[in-house]
Amino acid sequence: MAVKDAGRAARSASRTPAREPARQADSPELIQLLTPEGERVEHPDYPLEISAQEVKALYRDLVIVRQIDFEAIALQRQGELGIWASLLGQEAAQVGSGRALGPRDMAFPTYREHGVAWCRGLDPIKLLELFRGVSHGGWDPTEHNFHLYTIVIGSQALHATGYAMGIQRDGAVGEDGEAVIAYFGDGATSQGDVNEAFIWASVNNAPVVFFCQNNQWAISEPLERQTRTPLYLRAKGFGFPGVRVDGNDVLACLAVTRKALQSAREGQGPTLIEAFTYRMGAHTTTDDPTRYRLSAELEAWKLKDPIERVKQYLIRTEQAEMSFFDEIDAEAAQVGRRVRAACQQMPDPEPLSMFDNVLTSETRQLAIERADFAAYLDSFVTAGDSGVAPRADTAGDSGVAPRADTAEAGR
Amino acid sequence: MTTLTLSRALNEGLRKALENNPKALIMGEDVGKLGGVFRVTDGLQKDFGEDRVIDTPLAESGIIGTAIGLALRGYRPICEIQFDGFVFPAFDQIVSQLAKMRYRSRGSVRLPVVIRIPFGGGIGAVEHHSESPESLFAHTPGLRVVSCGGAADGFTMIQQAAESDDPVIFFEPKRRYWDRADVDVDGGLASALPMDSARVLVPGTDVTVLCYGPMVRTCTEAAVAASSDGRSIEVIDLRSLAPLDTETIFASVRKTSRCVVVHEAVVTGGLGAEIAARVSQQCFYSLEAPVLRVGAPSTPYPPSRLEEYYLPDLDRVLDAVDASFGY
Repeated sequence: MAVKDAGRAARSASRTPAREPARQADSPELIQLLTPEGERVEHPDYPLEISAQEVKALYRDLVIVRQIDFEAIALQRQGELGIWASLLGQEAAQVGSGRALGPRDMAFPTYREHGVAWCRGLDPIKLLELFRGVSHGGWDPTEHNFHLYTIVIGSQALHATGYAMGIQRDGAVGEDGEAVIAYFGDGATSQGDVNEAFIWASVNNAPVVFFCQNNQWAISEPLERQTRTPLYLRAKGFGFPGVRVDGNDVLACLAVTRKALQSAREGQGPTLIEAFTYRMGAHTTTDDPTRYRLSAELEAWKLKDPIERVKQYLIRTEQAEMSFFDEIDAEAAQVGRRVRAACQQMPDPEPLSMFDNVLTSETRQLAIERADFAAYLDSFVTAGDSGVAPRADTAGDSGVAPRADTAEAGR
Repeated sequence: MTTLTLSRALNEGLRKALENNPKALIMGEDVGKLGGVFRVTDGLQKDFGEDRVIDTPLAESGIIGTAIGLALRGYRPICEIQFDGFVFPAFDQIVSQLAKMRYRSRGSVRLPVVIRIPFGGGIGAVEHHSESPESLFAHTPGLRVVSCGGAADGFTMIQQAAESDDPVIFFEPKRRYWDRADVDVDGGLASALPMDSARVLVPGTDVTVLCYGPMVRTCTEAAVAASSDGRSIEVIDLRSLAPLDTETIFASVRKTSRCVVVHEAVVTGGLGAEIAARVSQQCFYSLEAPVLRVGAPSTPYPPSRLEEYYLPDLDRVLDAVDASFGY
């Protein structure tokens, strides 16, 4: 009997391997400068000189990006957005790293980097355009040195690395150099592209910082489904340093990212930063996290809120009056109202704009398809009263719209 | 005029591209010291340095993904995918990123990336080294897809691809790398046929045969053979697969009333299907016979001892021409 049970245990063990405590948040290697209680602590490798004014500015960022997120979720619920990917809980990781960037540094985001977008100066309305279905992003990446949102998981890690190789070829490495930051999540670390990016960055010593927001969940899959080892340790195998930072600590995220960026700029190569945080909301507004995770976990992370600890710190150290917090709340509400109004007033794009910007110059074929489609649309206007639909048997060449009169050259 | 192999002509074209634009880069597996497994990039790293002719790690997605990043920084990468069957690890970066990023940005960004792919069979290779995946790319909006048939076009078209501000998938017929032809290496691009134009290679009156890449030589030989039977084949090298030069195609078919499309790729869903549909629609009243297609059966590429049966050859092209006259 005992033998049988042992066999069963062995089989069971082989099916469910013993798990590395990869999610352990209180591990000694976690870099923290501000405790969840709002107490400032020092770390020998990351000294941070920061004025009250600067901490207050970070607080303002955190509150405003949370408010934008809040408004966007509400707009989705009201049918104004098709979907929204909430950053709730990840504000410190995004604002801390985003504010570490210099104006000439380049950021490559995923679709959840609303806080970084804010830090780079991108109008939040641009983000809503994407989630409303008005554009696929559509901003000029060079305007704020903030690349377009990338939706396929991990692809942008390679773009960031290639961009960094361009910086090297431009000779823009050195004390006054430029650096790149690639954002991705814990799930993305399983993607080939992210691992290839690590390899390219490593062998080229490219000036890129890999900023992984480990929010513990890739939709419904916990970190244990992605890794047996803490993510930051993976960097060692690729030949560059990895650090784990408290992702809910804006000061630590700022200090750690600053150091990694400076190291990259000076030609010391890449760093992997694992910002240990938590996705407080659903993956997106279409998701239902109650199907796969326990509320106790959420409650535990609520105690580590990235905004509350900064507020407590400012109060505790008497660096801010209560009126300051009221002012920030009022400003955030104002931003929220502006975002809401702009979203509700956002017109749909012109139908024919779908033909724009496929290539740098329009091919003859596409021009024909565009013209056919325009004629097709016009036919509704002219035939509207009689209710006559365009005739299918007069189909144009393009196959895109059933019209003959604009079809390709006569027979 | 200089007589060059296709491989050498491409090499000279790439050299010009590197000379003409300091932002042009070559990147891929074994493209540096080795000069590429087909020697297309031979000697370029020696002359232009390791920063411009880059031996990359062995991962195709990484090659294209980093090329996109370099393009965003203002560079003009010319990537080599070593063999046709190895492009698929990069397929996601090509289809989801390279082809769509300009559209995503509403025209803010340009992606001047060339992806050279030696393609097609006939060299007795193992699996994955003989494929013709061009229609997968021609089906993807946001890419230009071209193929050169011989050395003269290879020399000019690779330079045109390098000058294009759009992504270009550049298919090179690997079994023709060693074919020689006269190339005007001192001629500029100004007088060259635009990259997206087809070329009437052999004028004829009885039937239009459309081809590209490795089938250009096959079809040209078929035209010679047919002429001894008193049949005049017009051979058109499509050169550009996306976009298609339909003007040239339609003009020819309206003249000959018959059309045969030849490619090594699988017939099902291939370029021939697209061309047949367009010709049927636009030349319907000129046609004496349905558009016929010559290509591979709907099987994976077979072991190389069977490839002479699998690949279209002169006889199969002539059979299709005969069939066209049977209607």
